[in-house]
Amino acid sequence: MSFDFEGKTYETDDDGYLVNLDDWNEGVAGYIAEQEGVEMTEAHWEVVNFLRNYYAEYNIAPAIKILIKEMKKMFGPEKGNSAYLYNLYPAGPALQACKIAGLPKPTGCV
Amino acid sequence: MLDQLEQGPWPSFVTDLKQLAASKATVGQLLGQLEKSYRDRWDYWTGTVLNLSGYGGGVLARYSDLRDEFPEVAQFHTVRIIEPSGYVYSTEALRELCDISEEYSAGILQLHGMTGDVLMLGSDNQATHAAGEALMSKGWDIGGSGGALRTISCCIGPARCEMTCFDTLGLAKFLTDTFISELHRPEFPYKFKFKLSGCANDCAGSMMRSDLPLIGTWRDDIKVDQEAAAGFIEQNGEEFVIGNVVSRCPTRCISLRGGRLDINNDNCVHCMHCINVMHSALRPGDDRGATILIGGKRTLKIGDMFSSLLVPFMKMQTQEDWDALVDLVRRIWDFWTEYALEHERVGEFIDRISMTSFLDGIGLEPDPRMVKEPRTNSYIKFEEYGPPRFHGEPPQPPNVVDREVIGPEADEAAGNPNRQSGADEAIPDGGNAGDANKAGGGAKGAS
Repeated sequence: MSFDFEGKTYETDDDGYLVNLDDWNEGVAGYIAEQEGVEMTEAHWEVVNFLRNYYAEYNIAPAIKILIKEMKKMFGPEKGNSAYLYNLYPAGPALQACKIAGLPKPTGCV
Repeated sequence: MLDQLEQGPWPSFVTDLKQLAASKATVGQLLGQLEKSYRDRWDYWTGTVLNLSGYGGGVLARYSDLRDEFPEVAQFHTVRIIEPSGYVYSTEALRELCDISEEYSAGILQLHGMTGDVLMLGSDNQATHAAGEALMSKGWDIGGSGGALRTISCCIGPARCEMTCFDTLGLAKFLTDTFISELHRPEFPYKFKFKLSGCANDCAGSMMRSDLPLIGTWRDDIKVDQEAAAGFIEQNGEEFVIGNVVSRCPTRCISLRGGRLDINNDNCVHCMHCINVMHSALRPGDDRGATILIGGKRTLKIGDMFSSLLVPFMKMQTQEDWDALVDLVRRIWDFWTEYALEHERVGEFIDRISMTSFLDGIGLEPDPRMVKEPRTNSYIKFEEYGPPRFHGEPPQPPNVVDREVIGPEADEAAGNPNRQSGADEAIPDGGNAGDANKAGGGAKGAS
């Protein structure tokens, strides 16, 4: 599968996750978010940027418990809990935020 | 092949589904796929995740691999509905569930799953979202799938049973409300289950089916109504009582002397057997609470595990008691989510890292009773039935009176400091341990 954005074609997997990590930029992230029905605010970018940094370091998307824990460390307990993250990304922070961050679809049950 | 399941004396789900298939095309195709599964000995479902908005759990998504052959069951999802404490429903509530199930799913309700939830089977992607909305508008909630807390189930407890040692219904509701976020959104390595049983009969099956079972118990003496016991003996005969009560006591602590039941409470393991048989004559004691165990589960990384003891006794009566339980649970979750492997239940986690490390991790002082098997060695005797002791807390004095210091000697020991101080002085005065013993012995002999 693929989609076109600003004159360029982006290759994705069956679920709409970018195939090439390097294709990602903020513009395309905004486009995917729009398709997902998510309006990106600064809080949304915090999560996306965290996910990308984490992926760059460990080459894997973090498990949800690690995401929550690290968010708590960086931004405090009011942002480091699952209710906050699901509020930002109602379809699930792992699935939806990873898609917007241009990471592969997380495996496992979340 | 399915027809064979209709033969025999028992009710068959095939018959039920065939009836339902008359009004629901989905169910007919479901039977078709099942028939093919049985013939080919292959499971044609692919399981994945479908999240309702804001929820990470509560729906088990099932997609058929035979969607061309059976298009109606291409999406056949299960919604997990949180059940009321003790499975107590009004008929109105059940009708609501049936109506919603009829409208949005294949009309199949499963009461209840192994987890203790209500399962609503057979909705497609769109209907699942609509069903979620419909359920929530009527005050139901969903949750408990993936690496999340499972719905909390309990025995009927104080609603029907006078033997219950704590309010299982109230506590189950309190835990559901307190941990609702963990029920909605998976954030654990794998599932976590509570089950609450009011006594050692364990009607909720908590010991082998949950990660954290709470089983009601008491720490004072079992209550005996000798008059009722005499009535029971008269009605059923001494032989019946000896055969079914006295000789079936696992620790042989009951005897029948001259028509009176005599129970040695020191040896009683609170198994409930005698109370079950002679429920008019025997009752659990008044000082009731719960024993907390940890780590029961079915086969996963390693084979089936029974839970083992974590806290011998905790009162479960007041809000403070319940808050203390929540504190203990949060300690367990913090440590387990931090260090467990993916898909590792807490029982397997303890098996891997050892009970010592686990207790250290959750900050609980080790206790000789935290063993995998119940006490079988009669040389080990526990006098102390105290609440859990966390790191840094001083040992609490035993609340069970030591039999050896009852009587005139105990009065003297309490009222006459000479014995103790005499022994203390004997050591610096050039004596030795032998003198100290002599001094102590002398005081005792003088009484």
